[in-house]
Amino acid sequence: MSAAAIVVACLVAALFALTIGAGLGWAAARTRDRTDELVARIDALLPQTQCGQCLYPGCRPYATAIARGEADIDRCPPGGEATIRAIALLLDRAPRPVDPSYGVTKEAVVAWIDEDRCIGCARCLPPCPVDAIVGAPRFMHTVIRDQCTGCELCIPACPVDCIELRPLAASSPTPLLGSA
Amino acid sequence: MQGRNRFPAGLVLESHKQFPLDLPIVELPAPPCVVLALDQGSGREAEPVVANGDRVAFGSTVARPGAAGSAALHATISGRVVAIETREAATPSGHSTCIVIESDGEDRRDPALRTHPDYPSLDPDQLVVALRAAGIVGLGGAAFPTATKLEAARARGARKLVLNGAECEPWICCDDALLREQAADVLLGAHVLMQALAADSCVVAIEDDKPHAIEAMRASVAAAGATGITVQVLPAIYPQGAERQLVTAVTGDEVPSRGWPAEVGVTCQNVATAAAIARWVLTGEPCLTRVVTVTGSGVARPCNVRARIGTPLAALVEAAGGYRDTPLQLIAGGNMTGRALPSDGIGLAKAMNCVLVATRADLEPRISAFERPCIRCGDCATVCPAGLLPQQLHRAARADDESGLRGLGIWDCIDCGLCDYVCPSQIPLAYRFRSAQSVLREREAAARKATAARERHERRGRRLEQAALAEQHAFDAARRRALGNDTAARPDAPDGTS
Amino acid sequence: MRFDTAPAPHVIGGYSVPRVMFPVLLALVPAGMVHVALFGPGLLLQVAVASVTALACEAAALRWRKRDAGVALRDGSVLVTAFLLAFAVTPLLPWWLNVFGTAAAVLLGKHVFGGLGQNPFNPAMVGYAILLVAFPVEMTRWPVPLDADSAHSWADLARLTVLYFYGGDASGGWDGYTGATTLDSIRNGLDLRYTLPEMLERDDLVGPLGARGFAWINLAALVGGAYLLWRRIVRWHIPVAVLAGLMVPAMVASWLDPGAHLGGLFQAFAGATMLGAFFIATDPVSAATSDRGRLWYGAGIGLITWVIRTWGGYPDGIAFAVLLMNVAVPLIDRYTVPRIYGHPRD
Repeated sequence: MSAAAIVVACLVAALFALTIGAGLGWAAARTRDRTDELVARIDALLPQTQCGQCLYPGCRPYATAIARGEADIDRCPPGGEATIRAIALLLDRAPRPVDPSYGVTKEAVVAWIDEDRCIGCARCLPPCPVDAIVGAPRFMHTVIRDQCTGCELCIPACPVDCIELRPLAASSPTPLLGSA
Repeated sequence: MQGRNRFPAGLVLESHKQFPLDLPIVELPAPPCVVLALDQGSGREAEPVVANGDRVAFGSTVARPGAAGSAALHATISGRVVAIETREAATPSGHSTCIVIESDGEDRRDPALRTHPDYPSLDPDQLVVALRAAGIVGLGGAAFPTATKLEAARARGARKLVLNGAECEPWICCDDALLREQAADVLLGAHVLMQALAADSCVVAIEDDKPHAIEAMRASVAAAGATGITVQVLPAIYPQGAERQLVTAVTGDEVPSRGWPAEVGVTCQNVATAAAIARWVLTGEPCLTRVVTVTGSGVARPCNVRARIGTPLAALVEAAGGYRDTPLQLIAGGNMTGRALPSDGIGLAKAMNCVLVATRADLEPRISAFERPCIRCGDCATVCPAGLLPQQLHRAARADDESGLRGLGIWDCIDCGLCDYVCPSQIPLAYRFRSAQSVLREREAAARKATAARERHERRGRRLEQAALAEQHAFDAARRRALGNDTAARPDAPDGTS
Repeated sequence: MRFDTAPAPHVIGGYSVPRVMFPVLLALVPAGMVHVALFGPGLLLQVAVASVTALACEAAALRWRKRDAGVALRDGSVLVTAFLLAFAVTPLLPWWLNVFGTAAAVLLGKHVFGGLGQNPFNPAMVGYAILLVAFPVEMTRWPVPLDADSAHSWADLARLTVLYFYGGDASGGWDGYTGATTLDSIRNGLDLRYTLPEMLERDDLVGPLGARGFAWINLAALVGGAYLLWRRIVRWHIPVAVLAGLMVPAMVASWLDPGAHLGGLFQAFAGATMLGAFFIATDPVSAATSDRGRLWYGAGIGLITWVIRTWGGYPDGIAFAVLLMNVAVPLIDRYTVPRIYGHPRD
């Protein structure tokens, strides 16, 4: 084995590696999602609560920020672990727990307006990101249960604190009565 | 009958059907108390139309159809409503709001009940309305409102009626007894159903292990000179009586995945449903009684009884001679798909075709089975009547692989339990698939909700944008007006601008 | 009265993993008896050592993986691995090679992947391949079958077996007791430009059924395989496909060039063909899933075996053929999913 032969062998192997590496890199670049497609795919994984806990005004802006690399994937408490895992899988990153500085994952809730205390001021209608509150000034307001995402943005708007959060699971039945 | 018209796979199971058939059907008297569950097994509750304390008679309406999938309910004894409360029931959730009626000992009939000999003159829509009011549901196990099913079938152009007398599941023999003793009723019911469907033919499908039933039905058809109605004998393979497999056996067509038999021109009804409709025609009684098989090694004298809906199951066991040995489970249905109930105080539901009181002997080796890893033997795929690969479905379910589950056909699983039955590793496959289906259903519902929320949010965004734009226009217009006024006082400005 | 509840179905058929595994051991008995009659008691020693090693390794691995050893040991799957490996190796194998091979089969072929049901490769073939590649001399030293060799007795062969078993040196006095297998000899002969008809004349290579000695073992394995088919432990797809995959190319080749290619029937009863078709390739864990997939899987094994036997570097290709097709199983599974009822027939 002369020195020249060894050098030649190393060079050939290095050339191979570079060529194949370059080829793989080019293939990766060619098959990567365009940014707007990526945004749509990330948005499809987010829970659409539109709550703003991630400090972006809605789920789509947050998805855009993730796609651009401006925000990390652990900012969505309503989506919780499942959403983070799904996004991590999509972006080929390691999943991690929800960052507690953006909130904690709670059980699913819907807002409920106590009609006895509602004064009809209509201050809760604009904040709702999905227009789930029906009403008008001086008319009774009510939350459409099926459309409420539990984002809690209406709560601070109400001047008389008449909006409550109730668990989404159907109200549990009264304790079971057995048979005779 | 064989060959092309055969559904894939299936398995011949030990039938356990002999003992109850040695005795004729026993008519049970009115019990002292009935428990009528508003959810008769479909998962949806009907809406009560009576209140606590009301007096009712045999046949009085106590509930009207509520959410889709629920049906009208009627009092099955005369007496007083003593409670409307949540109790354990034979439902997917394990409980239901129940109307409890205590008997006044009189067994009065509701005067509104009248016979319907005029049914041939009713058009299909009128018949459907009448059947809906009578609370007739599929008595084969699903308790789906018959009226809704007939409407949907007619809308899709189904012209062939198949009466399901297959009764493929072990232990259950109430349909066999019904066909033997009341074949004429089944025939009358077939006529009414054909009328409601505007159908041109009817096939009564019976498995070949029921020779007496076949004979009785054939004799009845011949005696009535009924045209358009034939009896077809099918091989006794489980699950011959499952709707999709039955359609394939009778017509040779396959029901499309996630579709309805009506899409291949067929609709199926159980023979007991037909008999219930006949009773309605002949006596005016809505769905108030049914034939139930009370059997199992845990009852002294297995038999078929005709009992009132709502009768506590304990009374049915009494009628079969009481408990024997050490009963371990009380199963509503057969041993392959039946629902194990926690208490014998639960009332008889419309769809309960069998009360199986099982002792250890009946349940072994299932109750001492323990799960081993899957050895990929493929026996599960060999017996699956839906042509699935339960082995791969199991892997996908364990890996929580949603798209894998869907691609492998989780929604095509008919929950027959045969894969469980043959698995050498004794993996509870049917249970896993049921769980996977419910998790998928929840996730799909959540996904639909999220999509709807996203759309509303986007619409709101556009609304706000337009509102802002409109405001801007209004401001500009007002500003122009204001400035226009000013120009009148400035004669040197050429065209009004400053 | 209150009752326990449990999900449906409330009955099962009573099938269990031991009931799938133990009949396989039973089905190996005819082949085992013929083996001992022809090649001496070596097989019994190998089976004993392999079984003990396999059980010990499995118990150790399960404990290390924190699984319930008692339950898992009783399912019989590791004994099947041990028996098949013992049948595949030469009866003259030193005991410590047997231990090494069995340990490799159980630990590297099975537990490293997660135990029962998780191994992508046939464990017995993993052990065999490791042994064959690492110790080619010891692994190809077979005794001359006693029906070809009237000069030696079974008792003599037994003494020789024990000698090799304890790693002794058998030079001097034991000439003519060992030799290459029939397939091996035929390959060497073809390489030396002898023709096939010439070699097939030789009494020490060819008997009434085909390969001297081995043909009887194959026949006995076929009987065992038929028993497994009858008991429905094994379904017909894999064995039939393996035999077809081996015999069809062999028949075509020997029709085209009878001087250089063995015929289909000879191939079927030579080497470890029947053992491979009915016992080795049918290992459910490493085989394809659907019936159609199994046909492709079996055919691939048969074909690769034929290729290795004809042109490859080893006289019998079953082990490598099985391992290569194990690699292909995910691909086969992907493309042979059966049609679901109610889905379009396209």
